[in-house]
Parts: sequence; structure tokens; C-alpha cells
Amino acid sequence: MSASAWLKAHVSAVVPLTAHAGSLLLDVPDWPGNLPGQHLDVRLTAEDGYQAERSYSIASFGPGTTVELAVDEVPDGEVSPYLVRDVAAGDFLEVKGPLGQYFVWREAEPAPVQLIAGGSGVVPLLAMARAHAASGSSAEFRLLYSTRSPADAMYADEISRREDAAFEVSWVYTRQAPDGWARPAGRVSEAELAALCWPPARQPSVFVCGPTSFVEAVADALVRIGHAPERIRTERFGGA
Amino acid sequence: MAPDTTHVTHATPDPAVDERATRVDGNALAGVLSALFAGDPTLLTLVCGHCARSGPLAEAVVERDETCAIVRCRGCTRTMLSVMIGPAGDVSVRPAALAELRSAASGA
Repeated sequence: MSASAWLKAHVSAVVPLTAHAGSLLLDVPDWPGNLPGQHLDVRLTAEDGYQAERSYSIASFGPGTTVELAVDEVPDGEVSPYLVRDVAAGDFLEVKGPLGQYFVWREAEPAPVQLIAGGSGVVPLLAMARAHAASGSSAEFRLLYSTRSPADAMYADEISRREDAAFEVSWVYTRQAPDGWARPAGRVSEAELAALCWPPARQPSVFVCGPTSFVEAVADALVRIGHAPERIRTERFGGA
Repeated sequence: MAPDTTHVTHATPDPAVDERATRVDGNALAGVLSALFAGDPTLLTLVCGHCARSGPLAEAVVERDETCAIVRCRGCTRTMLSVMIGPAGDVSVRPAALAELRSAASGA
């Protein structure tokens, strides 16, 4: 199967995740399955023939032809508001993928895994956490999830439910923390990255995903803390 | 018409070179180059022609719009290549400060 072909995708369900984000379950008969962390391109065609393409992370993994996308609405965006607000079960889209074999977790990797998400960057990391839970992997996972507020956190219930000794979660709120939360709202600091993430001595595989400015600040801080640059895999999105 | 000096030069090959090299055509590279072009392009290693930094395409700086993507070195910001996306979905790559494009070891 060529990864460059556009595949028909049937929207089977739409589930709100936050006030401005939702997940789409797609039935893609020709989907070859995907690794946790991969993405796909969505193509929309207007009645006048105008086409727009955007990349979205895949929250699901493994074989099978059901693909779960999670989309955060970009205000004034061309595609994401449609996918979050207007798409309904029964609609058809076109998708190309799975794409990218760099930002993926492979269950044969024994190293501890540090996931660091900024906003909707949590989506491919959730796919890795789901794959980890479903695998026989003994790798220990940690997630640091930076989000504006509890109400902005995507998949918060599922992430909390999955939390256990093999999947530790740290929440960082940048604009509004929950009542009684000890940490004042603000961006994650280098000291917090050092305290909350696996230390460099454990030689973790680190995956950082989020807006470009978030990823670059976090990746630079991780290198200063002592993580080897080649152990830090990143995926940035611009939000256009 | 000017004399084809190139042809003359190649028609009298250096015997030392001829022992090692076989002069064929691009068809002979179909198999070898599939290692470079048939896989996931984001895994290819790019070596900057300006500062010699190397890293996967996935980690390079990319500035893109609907019709063009400029791929810059994360070390020195020099443009390594640009990718043009045509209206019919045709894609072209224009190399700039790119010293090398390398696939991962095949393991074979």
C-alpha cells in the first residue's frame, strides 16, 4: 500500500473532548494500521473544488481500520473549526497515511519513556501510552502534560484512569490551576523538568510534542539538564 | 558545432579507474536508491553543506506554506533544500546547502 494515496474515510462518531476540541472516529477500509505516534493528512474538498490539507496526530494505534483523530480548534483556522464543530457521523473525508516513522514508540525499546505534551501535543503521546498499556512492555512511562487549565486538557479522564506505577503523570497548568493546587499557574520551568522527568542517568527515550515554541523551550532545557540530544525526539506544530 | 571533447576524454579511460568502475546508466541504481527514496523520508539523515551538522529530516527546521517548504539546518539556519508543491500535487525538491542525504543502514 502506498502511503501517498488518498483513502476514503467514513466518520463513524464524533466525541467532544473539551470546549474547543473533539475526537473523530474514522472507518478507513484501506487503512494498513499505524504505529503509536504517527499522523495523517486530512483533505477536505469544498463544493467549488477548493481543497485544503492539514496534518493531525492519531490517538489510536495498531492494526485495524478504525482510526481515532483528535483535533483542537485553531481560532480562525481553515480546517480545524470544521472538523471540531461541523463534521458529523456519516460524513466522508479523505486521509493519507499513516505518516512519519520518527516520532513513534516501538514496544521492543526497553528504555524508560518520558512523554512531554504541550496542549494538543498530548494526542500522539496518548497513542504511545495506550500502546504501552496494551503491550507486554516492562518500560516505565512518565507523562508531563502542560495545559492551559483543567478544562483545556484533552483526554484528562482517560489519562487519570491510566495512571499507575508504570505510567506516572504530572500536570502543569499554565494559565489556571484547579482550586487548592499548590503550584501557581505558569510555564514549566527547567527545575520542574529536572524534578518531574526521568533523570538523564536513566537514559530515557524522550518524546516532546506541542506548539513549536513549547517544544523548543522544553528540548533546550532537557539538553541543559543533561539529556542526550539524540534521545530527545520532537514533533512541533504551528497551529495554522 | 564545437568538438565533443567530453566524449574524447571518456573514450580514453584511465585504466586504473576502469578496473574499479563499471560505466552503465541510471537504471542500474533502481535497487540501490530505493533505500533512499522508498521509505519514510523523515528518517533520512541530512548533512548541512555549511556547518556539517547532521540529523534526521524530522528534526530539521521547516518553514512552510501551501506551496513551499524551506528546510533549514537546526544548527546554522542555512537553507539545505526547499520543497515545492505544485497545483496538481506534483512535488519537486531544490537542493541548496545540502552536503549529503543518507538513508539508515538497511540491516541487510
